[in-house]
Amino acid sequence: MPTSRRSSAGLLPRRALLGGGLALASAVAAPREAGAAEPAPAEGERPPWMRVPGRPFSGYGAPSRFEEGLQRRIGANRAVPGNGVSWTPLEELEGVLTPSGLHFERHHHGVPDIDPQRHRLLIHGLVARPLEFSVADLRRYPLRSQLLFIECGGNSNAGWHREPIQRPAGSVHGMVSCSEWTGVPLALLLREAGLDRRATWAVAEGADAFAMDVSLPVSKLMDDALVALYQNGEPIRPEHGYPLRLIVPGWEGVLNVKWLRRLHLVDRPVMARNETARYTELQPDGRARQFTFVIEAKSLITSPSHGQRLPRPDVYEIRGLAWSGRGRIRRVEVSADGGRRWTQAALQEPVLPRCLTRFRAAWRWDGTPAVLKSRAIDETGAVQPEREALVRSRGTNGYYHYHAIVSWAVDADGTVTHVYA
Amino acid sequence: MSTPESRHGAAAARRPCAARASAVAAGMLAAVLSGPAAAGDPPQAEPIAPRLGRPLGEAAAARFDLDVFPDGRGLPAGRGTAAEGRALYAARCAACHGPQGRGGTAEDLAGAEEPLTARTPDKTIGSYWPYATTVFDFVRRAKPMDAPGSFTNDEVYALTAFLLFANGLVGETDPIDAATLPRVRMPNRDGFFGVDAGRER
Repeated sequence: MPTSRRSSAGLLPRRALLGGGLALASAVAAPREAGAAEPAPAEGERPPWMRVPGRPFSGYGAPSRFEEGLQRRIGANRAVPGNGVSWTPLEELEGVLTPSGLHFERHHHGVPDIDPQRHRLLIHGLVARPLEFSVADLRRYPLRSQLLFIECGGNSNAGWHREPIQRPAGSVHGMVSCSEWTGVPLALLLREAGLDRRATWAVAEGADAFAMDVSLPVSKLMDDALVALYQNGEPIRPEHGYPLRLIVPGWEGVLNVKWLRRLHLVDRPVMARNETARYTELQPDGRARQFTFVIEAKSLITSPSHGQRLPRPDVYEIRGLAWSGRGRIRRVEVSADGGRRWTQAALQEPVLPRCLTRFRAAWRWDGTPAVLKSRAIDETGAVQPEREALVRSRGTNGYYHYHAIVSWAVDADGTVTHVYA
Repeated sequence: MSTPESRHGAAAARRPCAARASAVAAGMLAAVLSGPAAAGDPPQAEPIAPRLGRPLGEAAAARFDLDVFPDGRGLPAGRGTAAEGRALYAARCAACHGPQGRGGTAEDLAGAEEPLTARTPDKTIGSYWPYATTVFDFVRRAKPMDAPGSFTNDEVYALTAFLLFANGLVGETDPIDAATLPRVRMPNRDGFFGVDAGRER
């Protein structure tokens, strides 16, 4: 469907945003900010925090006590509390970088407590020189930093459900987060070990209680993989892979092996549990997609979104995130009439490959029911599909790699719910 | 690279860090100042890097290596039968996975009824997993839940045998070992196709 140049269903042209001067109301988040507001101090009166000296310095900063409710949302197996997920509260965050403490987690058997002095990275198998590296060794190599999203292959899997799940956006789609990852280009270490020409795959293994392993093509590892040491400028947090994490830009989360301890160069995949029984997608014909590494073009409106309320007809900023494992986001289009007409959203600069991209669009809501959608188009031309098209091609039993357009219905009273539309 | 093999030796590894670091720094500076690397070095956009990897003997690597491949490479010595694995399964696995591999709080391992083409398919070891070797690999590396990696190889073979037996794929007294396990043909062996990479090489 062509992108409309006129404003459609209240969506305003991009210059309305870029030119400034347009006062935008905010959707009211619920329930964290729903409490009655304290009255503002009388005019001329100093608020209490201006009448006493402030708190002294702190060795490691923490969020305001008024933001204590801003938390990852945890869903774990009661019998195995370390096997589960915590979601990033996407609809409560802005910009594109996820604070490390709010980066989503998916662990298969908990977070190991690794002593970096006793941790080693082994490279062995089809190499001229099997090698081991200490963490201190790796910190001395030339480093590269990249802003990258990581998305779990299982993110948004409730989208396969027959009925639209009614949960906040982050609690459904929050297994995607974005960090600056800094590490040693893996190609340097593989060259040092001396790749045998038969080495086409590598089995990467973590030092967790699961000894989690997956197979990866050597071509990707040589192309742009990192052995990351730092996340957002500091040593990687334990739950994200301390002290070493394999980063494979744009590829699904499980392949970014945390607590990396071993790379076994081989000539075929090992066919691990997490690349056969799991992280494969059963199709309607009974066959399953395997080695679906690349995250496809995807986007999500984070505001307004489920659980928020528009207090009155007004001008609102539609805000969201878009990403693609194949490169840069070229364009995001938004619709306020369920996908009949689309308008191009403004992309927040810089737009980086395999990184979250923030989009914004101004929308004048007239108080009548509306259905909001966003769709991402990446630099390869891939277009995020409607749910109906995705289900038509892949059925509903694939579980992984759900990346269809998300629809939010705004009711006449301003409440926002999840719909299939 | 033209760097001599000896740089990987123990002597190199023990050389004082400061000396190595300054040598590396000098090398990087030289590369920056003089442009292309000296003759003999490959043309490279790659940064010049120290070579700090310590040699790892094959025996040392093998001690860490848990990988078991579909053709049986990586399988250790040892053996077990389903009959031997039954009691171990009941003691260490059934609480989560159910007495016969289904109906527990954890994933179903056996007893598939609905085919993979059904609206609600049953994905068990017998109905979905393409390789029997994966069962051994996974049980050895990740189980039991409360003490991962504590099973002996014989116990892992016995549990693997029990899970295959529960799926009707081997007999109760069939010995399962490095020779027999890779020969167990899984019903869904050909049920997968590679999307971003081929399946074999």
